[in-house]
Amino acid sequence: MKVDHIVGVSVPRKEGVEKVTGRAQYVDDMTLPGMLYGATVRSRIPRGRIQKITFGQGIPWNEFVVVSAKDIPGKNVVTLIEDDQPCLADGMVNHPEEPILLLAHPDRHVLSKAVEAISVEYDPLPALFSMEESEQCSHVIWRADNVFKRYLIEKGDVDGVWEAADYIIAGEYRTGAQEQLYIENNGMIAAYDTEHGVTVWGSLQCPYYVHKALMKLCNLPADKVRVVQMETGGAFGGKEEYPSMIAGHAALLAIKSGRPVKIIYDRMEDMAATTKRHPSRTRHRTAVSKEGKILGGEIDFTIDGGAYATLSSVVLSRGAIHAGGPYYWPHVRIRARAVATNAPPHGAFRGFGAPQSLFALERHMDRIAQAVGLSPVEVRRRNFLKPGQATTTEQIVREPIDLHKLLDRALALSDYRAKRERFAKENAGGMFRKGMGFATFLHGAGFTGSGERNLSSVVGVEGCADGTVRVLVSSTEFGQGTNTILSQIAAETLGLPYADVAMAQPDTQEVPNSGPTVASRTAMVVGKLVQSAALGIKQTLMASGMLGNPYSPEEFGVACRNYVAARGRFRSWANYEPPGDVFWDDEKYRGEAYAAFAWAVYVAEVTVDLATYSVTVDDFVALQEVGNVLHPVLARGQIAGGVAQGIGYTLYEKVVWQNGRMQNSQMTNYIMPTSADLPPIRVFFEEGGNIHGAFGAKGIGELPMDGPAPAIVNAVEDALKVGFNSIPLLPEDIFAALSARSHNKSNPDSAGGSQ
Amino acid sequence: MTSPSVDVERCDVSFKINGKRTTVHVYPMERLLDVLRHELSLTGAKEGCGEGECGSCSVLMDGELVNSCLVPVLQARGANIVTIEGLAVGAHLDVLQEAFLQYGGAQCGICTPGMILAASHLLHKKPEPTMEDIREGLSGNLCRCTGYMQIFEAVAEAARRRATT
Repeated sequence: MKVDHIVGVSVPRKEGVEKVTGRAQYVDDMTLPGMLYGATVRSRIPRGRIQKITFGQGIPWNEFVVVSAKDIPGKNVVTLIEDDQPCLADGMVNHPEEPILLLAHPDRHVLSKAVEAISVEYDPLPALFSMEESEQCSHVIWRADNVFKRYLIEKGDVDGVWEAADYIIAGEYRTGAQEQLYIENNGMIAAYDTEHGVTVWGSLQCPYYVHKALMKLCNLPADKVRVVQMETGGAFGGKEEYPSMIAGHAALLAIKSGRPVKIIYDRMEDMAATTKRHPSRTRHRTAVSKEGKILGGEIDFTIDGGAYATLSSVVLSRGAIHAGGPYYWPHVRIRARAVATNAPPHGAFRGFGAPQSLFALERHMDRIAQAVGLSPVEVRRRNFLKPGQATTTEQIVREPIDLHKLLDRALALSDYRAKRERFAKENAGGMFRKGMGFATFLHGAGFTGSGERNLSSVVGVEGCADGTVRVLVSSTEFGQGTNTILSQIAAETLGLPYADVAMAQPDTQEVPNSGPTVASRTAMVVGKLVQSAALGIKQTLMASGMLGNPYSPEEFGVACRNYVAARGRFRSWANYEPPGDVFWDDEKYRGEAYAAFAWAVYVAEVTVDLATYSVTVDDFVALQEVGNVLHPVLARGQIAGGVAQGIGYTLYEKVVWQNGRMQNSQMTNYIMPTSADLPPIRVFFEEGGNIHGAFGAKGIGELPMDGPAPAIVNAVEDALKVGFNSIPLLPEDIFAALSARSHNKSNPDSAGGSQ
Repeated sequence: MTSPSVDVERCDVSFKINGKRTTVHVYPMERLLDVLRHELSLTGAKEGCGEGECGSCSVLMDGELVNSCLVPVLQARGANIVTIEGLAVGAHLDVLQEAFLQYGGAQCGICTPGMILAASHLLHKKPEPTMEDIREGLSGNLCRCTGYMQIFEAVAEAARRRATT
């Protein structure tokens, strides 16, 4: 007897009751006996040598625990890729907000005064604040040449295409920094004793990243470091790398004081000091035939990494690989570089480089359409990748994707053609100008190239003494639905009710390393491993003779109880096995970049108010092919949430920088969309299986971040007949461009930074 | 930034919390949010911004929706306060909580307590809200995960269920 299908059904969120009743435990909800509160003294300048630190009058300093770089038992680094970022500045600071000293005290009320009472004197050094300044290399701020990483992707012979081209279209596109703005600020609690070593509880995405970082910082073996993820109130990439820093700080204070220490950032500290999306600049130069076919092109993609390497090389890689989008490039050269500036390091944020390079490409496609005299729809149709063709990294498209069909459906769902015609007629002379725009794009699921092979993830499923099962992964839940979908997969695989599957709390003492919870990899890669591990449980029970075939859930429960009673702890492990047919060359950056791509067409309808110069998105259609949908409600929630962040990225969210410091680090002056600002976000799926993912799933989490910006800015151009090539696009930008156009009617193309 | 002066004496403040009378011994200018979380261990109200922008610290005070990060505890003297912990009766969830679960109104969960209280306040004032009422009524509560669509659906569904029971 089989239970009904669980995969594909919108079962209740696993930890949902705790969340709607307020019982879910986030790190700031936790208190330990004797706990101190910690705070961080940070650099006020972008770059310089620390000359002197003075502890001011009027503070009972003997009550405080103070930690500096000299107190670090191990190596003073935040371990990630390059090990170039210190956990506490030691003599030198390289960006505003760089941590210098740590304080802890039993009374949380006295900390802010104490932080203010510490003055740091510096010998300032010249600092760099833009990609261009960094490229000019007038000062070297990072290793030999200010460049964290370079990639070159070359396909065919791009130098041979220019002569035969009917059109050569060039453009430059820019995107700004974006704050993740999870509503729960970063926070950690650490405890230390000599027997158990360091334990941290925190808001984080990647328990084993923190684990590795603490081992090196505290000079402790693996079994003396324990990392526990608490309920995490949003992350979006923003809790991928910086939690290793905060965990390190809390651990250092706990080691020195011998007491548990809690560090919770307030909103200003979180926004000013932690990572944001990398600002970018993309230059396109494209050779196009008179039929509108891309003959070849050069793409130059640069991102601002901030002061330390952190994840910039990986963000750059994804951005560069996505720079060619869902189109066929017979010849292409993509040069990519991540450069250093004296801002706090930029880091992971949903999309991870792809929203930047795809904004450029999808704006550029509309400009190619104008140059050739085709519609935005037609120019894309003539260049769509087809199954059997090779991407820019020469990955053969093996998925049976039909982009024409996807586009047709999105245009029909949004009533694109009729509305576009109608708006063109109605716009003349009015105070409200309406427009339609769209973007066609793809997003690779899982780690890039040999990344999954190198991660070599492990997943466990445990048969428990009470006959239920438990999934053991370090993959974390932070809203996206990890707990729910992995439980569904285990339940479906074992033929059990959803309620009989539990998720172990991510705790490095309990769960294996299933890899970081990033890169849209959880459903596809980890899900597949959960399926394998669950199968192992079933096969072991059957092989033991305790379970027949077929079996009922009740029979499974009895067999599982008996097995544990007879043989003790019952766990099945699954290790990642790379598919045999995947080829990737890390040197030449060529081959199968991703095991699967999700494909999408997003359509935006906008109104520009010529009195206020504000843009309103009136309707938004998000159509995507993400393999099979494991949970319709969660999947729709992922897409709608990503689109909302994308609308913020495009129209509202501007980080104002001054000398490397964020000036608007508050929710009052950094504006994200409220419920009153958003259009209906209409989400549709075109289902198609995927052999690499559990039950045919592909990645979904990051995809919706890629499409909104180009779709909206293309719609604004349709409304105003003025093109904009950078985001965020604020009313003042539109005002400036329209003023420039009215002052310079003879040369309308000069407006809005078009070139 | 918002820490009370430590030079001021603590005092007794009494109010009703989730139906029960209580007295706390606190600094008079201490934020209601901190008193709920630290003195009363009611951690359902969350601090998202500390300046009344995000609404994740929302509670009901004498039937009005307030940002508890902006309310000095002295102002709560004699008030009737309801937090997320006071919404469900035992294991029996409120219809809004049920609808949020079913429609995907909660993702990471950090805005959820405040959002549900804002929705409860809205439905109290407008038992049959239009979509526009819902959008406006929740606009003081920020959610970074959902894009709000499924929250709107949950609130509309809760209103329907209340109307039919």
